[in-house]
Formats: sequence, C-alpha cells, structure tokens
Amino acid sequence: MAQVTTAERKSIFSLFNLIAFIVLGVGVYLTYLRFSGGLASVTNLSDYNPWGIWISFDLLCGVALAAGGYVTSSAVYLFGMKKYHSAVRPAILTGFLGYALVFLAINYDVGRPWRLPYPLVVQQGTTSVLFEVGLCVATYLTVLFIEFSPAAMEWLGLKKARSLVVKLTILLTIFGVVLSTMHQSSLGALFLIAPSKLHPLWYSPYIPIYFFVTSIIAGLSMVIFESTLSHRFFAYKMDETHLQEANGVTLGFGKAASYVLAGYFAIKVLGISTENHWHYLTTGYGIWYLVELLGFVALPSLLYAFGVRTKSLGLIKFTSVLAVLGVILNRFNVSLVAFNWHLPSSERYFPHWMEIGISVFIVMIGLVLYRFIVTRMPILYEHPDYKDAH
Amino acid sequence: MSISRRKFLGWVGAAGLSTTIGKSAAAATNKHFTGYPKSFAILHDTTLCVGCRSCEAACNKVNELPQPDKPFTDLSVLETKRRTTTKAFTVVNKYDNSKGPQSPVFYKKQCNHCLEPACASACFVRAFTKTKTGAVTYDSTVCVGCRYCMIACPFEIPTYEYDQALTPRIRKCTMCYPRVIEGLLPGCVEACPMEALSFGKREDMIKIARERFRKYPDRYVDHIYGEHEMGGTNWLYVSGTPFKELGMREDLGITPAPQLTAGALSSVPMIVGLWPVLLAGIYAVSKRKEKIAQTEQEQALTSALDKKRPAESETEEES
Repeated sequence: MAQVTTAERKSIFSLFNLIAFIVLGVGVYLTYLRFSGGLASVTNLSDYNPWGIWISFDLLCGVALAAGGYVTSSAVYLFGMKKYHSAVRPAILTGFLGYALVFLAINYDVGRPWRLPYPLVVQQGTTSVLFEVGLCVATYLTVLFIEFSPAAMEWLGLKKARSLVVKLTILLTIFGVVLSTMHQSSLGALFLIAPSKLHPLWYSPYIPIYFFVTSIIAGLSMVIFESTLSHRFFAYKMDETHLQEANGVTLGFGKAASYVLAGYFAIKVLGISTENHWHYLTTGYGIWYLVELLGFVALPSLLYAFGVRTKSLGLIKFTSVLAVLGVILNRFNVSLVAFNWHLPSSERYFPHWMEIGISVFIVMIGLVLYRFIVTRMPILYEHPDYKDAH
Repeated sequence: MSISRRKFLGWVGAAGLSTTIGKSAAAATNKHFTGYPKSFAILHDTTLCVGCRSCEAACNKVNELPQPDKPFTDLSVLETKRRTTTKAFTVVNKYDNSKGPQSPVFYKKQCNHCLEPACASACFVRAFTKTKTGAVTYDSTVCVGCRYCMIACPFEIPTYEYDQALTPRIRKCTMCYPRVIEGLLPGCVEACPMEALSFGKREDMIKIARERFRKYPDRYVDHIYGEHEMGGTNWLYVSGTPFKELGMREDLGITPAPQLTAGALSSVPMIVGLWPVLLAGIYAVSKRKEKIAQTEQEQALTSALDKKRPAESETEEES
C-alpha cells in the first residue's frame, strides 16, 4: 500500500490538482459574493437561525477535529509516552492548520471581520462565553504556530531560532492543554445560555464537559485517520522511525480512544439520569439521540477495543472514521438539529449550497497547505541535521 | 526574608480588595437583581388591544424605518404570524380567543428589555447596555456581527441586516431610549388609542396590573408576564387568555440569562490555576520514572558486568 510508484503518485496528484483548482476557483467567486452582497446572498441564515454550518462545521467541528495537537503533544511530552514521538509533528501541523482555517472561516461568518480584535482591544465583554472562546482560540493559534515553527525553521535552516523554540516545548505543551481545556469546553458552554432553544436531551449543565471529552476522542481518532491518509499519499516522505512507530500509534491511540469513548458514554447516561430525561428517549428526537449515543459512541468504543485486542489495524482505522463522524454528528445535533427544535419546520434552517461551497473551499485550502508543507518540511521524517532533537 | 506584621496585613488587605473590585460576572451569588430602581416599564394589556397597528406605524416613524409594502392601515397582514424584522421593531399578531371565539386577541411583540438581558450577557464586545431607564440599547459602532445575541435571546427578538455586505447591524426596539431621556413617551405608547399600553415606573406598572386583577378577576389570567420571566423584564403583559395561546413561552423559567453561563465561566480561573500544576506534576512523575528506569538499567548492567568479570578471571586462572 505504501509503495506507490512515482508515476502513480503523479497521476493521483494531477487529479487532486484539478479538483483543488476547481474548488478554489469556485471558492474565490463565492468569497466575492459574500463580501459584496452580504450573508443574505450566499446563506440561508435568518433571524430565527443566526448560526449555520459555518459555525456548526467550520467552528465547532473544526476546533474539535484539530484537537489532535494538544492530545498528542501532551501524551508524548507530559505523560512521557515517547513511543508516539513521530506522531507529534503531523498532529501539531494539522492542529495548527485546523485552527488557522477556523479563523479564516470566522471571517466569512461575522458581519465585520476587521472588528474581530475589538473584544480584546476596544471593549471586553467578559460575561460572554464567546469572549473566552475568542481569547483562547486566538492565543492557542499563536501557541500552535510556535509549536509548529521548528519544522519550518529546520526547513529554512534557522538553527538558533529553532533551538530557542525547542527549549520552550514543555511550557508550550502545558499552555496548549490549558487553553484547549478552556475553549473546547467553552464551545459547548456557548449553548448554556439557550435552554429554551436546545432540546433537553442535548442541553445539559455538563455540556462544557461533554465538549471537552469529545475533543479528546476527536483528537485521538483524527490522528489515526490522518495517519491512514498520509500513509497512502505521503509514505515516501516517511522515515524509518515514523513507519516503525505508526502501527504502535494506531494501536495505542485506538486503545485510549476506546477508553475515553466508554467514559463519555457513561457521563452521557449519567447526564440523562441526573436530569431525569429518560421519557424523551421514546420521542423522535430521542431515537435520533440514541442513534448518536449507541451508533457513534458505544459502537466505536467497542470496535476500538475489539480492534486493539485482535491487533486489527484495519478495524481501528475504520473505527476512527466512525468516531470522527460521531463527533461531527454531535456538533451538528447541538447547534442545528436539536437547536430551535421548538420552531415549525418552515422556520428551520437548511444550508444553502453556497455555504457548503465555502466550507469545502476552506477544507481544500487546508489540504493544499498540508501537502505543500509535508512535501517540503520535516513533518513525517526527522531532519538529518536535527536527529533526536524534536 | 522577614515579613512585618504590617506588611502581612497589607497583603491580606490587598488580596481581599482585589476580590471585590473589578466586574463580577454575578457568578454563584445569592443576590437577586430586581432591576434598576425607578426604571421604567411598559404594561401591555392585551384585553384592551384591538389590533389597529397604530403602534407599528408610530414605531416605524420614530425609528425612521423604511415604509412597508402594505400600509399600516391594512389589517389583512394580521392574518399571518409575523416576527420582528430589521424593518419592524414591533409587530402585532392576532390569535384565536379560547374564551370567546368571536373576539380574537392581539398581542404586540417587541424587545422585552430584560432586567438582566441575555443579549448583553452574551455579547463579547459589550455592544448592549442595560440603561437606568430600563431600556436595553445597542451600539453598532463596536458590534462585530457574531449574532450570539440572537442565539442567546429567549424571546427571539434581535434581527440582523443579512443583506448588508459591509455594515450589518443588529436591529431591535430601543424602548425609545432617546425619547424617554428627553421626557417623551415611547412612540408606540403615545400612539395607542386604546390605552392598551401604559408607561411608568416598573413598580407602579406592576401595581396597576394587580389592581386590574383585583377589580376584574374574571377578565384576567392572574399572572403578570415579565414580572419574573427570565429574571424579569421591563415590558410587562396581562392577558385574558393563557399566555401560551398568544404564542408566548411559559417554560422560560425565572433564571436570569447571565446565571446560565456564570458557572461555566467561573471555572475558568480554576483551570488556569490548577491545570499547570497538575500537568507539571505529571511531567515530573514521568521524568522521574524515566530516570529511575535508566539508573536501574545502569545498575543491572554494572552488576551483570561485575558478575561476569570474576567468572572471566576464574577461567583465565584455570587456563
């Protein structure tokens, strides 16, 4: 699988280039529409539905799926799991790109993006959960940039700057975990203010904790999923260490994800119990809730466990997709499906194709940047001049 | 370093003071904010409202909003349920009367001007202000356009100029703040020909409502909507039919919106304070384990070598 010939690689990439070219072209056009005609010209947002998929997918899913950075770096640097060291750089890179794209997407969504620094420099709305989210995401994006920078510095040959940043590794990792704990949970806390709009099965005083725990699941699963993809397309860039450690990363992260999913399942059931919301489970929303809880939490937990036990890498990789989809489903349920559940269907929101177009455009920018970076910088291999140093 | 008693007391004082200054998010307090004293309120008596839309016309005029497609004298618009929009800060809707099917009920909808507004609490740039008059005002010069206020508002009032490319604003009723501070009545109140709207001090409006309940017990449901809903509002309603039948939510509870997020926000400083300690501790433990493992390995190696050496020397002797 990993042994793709140069010719094959070229044909894959030329197809990718073609698709990327089209998506980016359409994206630029949609960007023009957005900033010349306002949100009304490209979205189905309304006064009842002020947040659409740019919040559900680009912000809520984007931040959760970019959690691999803090999860992996804390496992390796703080918990001392050195055998996963080769997974750190790809995870930090995808985390950094993920957050950068979240920031890009936010610029499309807010009305006056040039005022985004206002909450920091003009007037601080400290009673707002969104203030905390903004502050943490901005700070964490900076932290991720610094954490990522050694790879770029090795590529550019900036030895001194690099050694300075590498000395900060532990500090930055701790910073990353603190900031991630706060904003991952706060993204859930955003919805605490609207108990009258979010269905009781999804509304819970524990929602910040649910969001934080699912970010760990997303982070672990994304590392497995991304490694599957990069083995398919960039195996030729990987060094001996990376290739040797990869199976261990899949097994270890799969095991951890299985446990965290089991814990998450438990706290979800406890949440239903403490609020005594059992009776909702027989309604339509209840069945949908069970689909999420059983199909995308309990099932991946069991499949991960089974995959680890039987050392079935294929099953673990499949399960990682299931778990990632589960987190995406959860974010969509909280912010769209179960939000405004009290409104008649005529007042509900469904995304305009151009909203989806912008989201695809932003993901595509991420893929292009990822490819640009991993084919140039020491992400999937150690730079020969800096052996055992990062 | 020696610490004088005086210095110590100074520090304690400073620590104590620092907890009292600065703005509290009203987290986990048992204080109940009942609104600014002497703030104004508007009492809407739906039993007196005839659905003439004079208030809508007046609102349109004083706020200099664009003319609607159908004139305000056209009452056919009452046949469909409407909500507040960027072009109409208030709308009157018609509802069936469960008590008397021949006489429909009318209910005027606009911003309720909460005592502790969800929008103001949710805004990360403090674009909303709860003024002492009771009005919740909005400052478009700082607004970023994130629309979290619209998510937060339990009454679904704020509207957004989605069609504006570069200068979208939130639009909503201002309780005619500019007029009230000049001593004028809010536009809608002034225009109402039926006295279905009364303006005055909030305490007085509550008293008037209760007085009406006492005088005409058969005419009213014994509840002032807005007295306690979401912590209380500066717009109050009395009705002859259950409020639910007027499309008003009766399940909002009496918790002011800021309290809903205060708990989560109050955990932030604890994470900032404790997480680094915990994480550094875990780092130290794993570091130490590594070190012990290394020394043990070295010891095992040296002892293995020690054992081997005499054995080697013995063989040498034998030869």
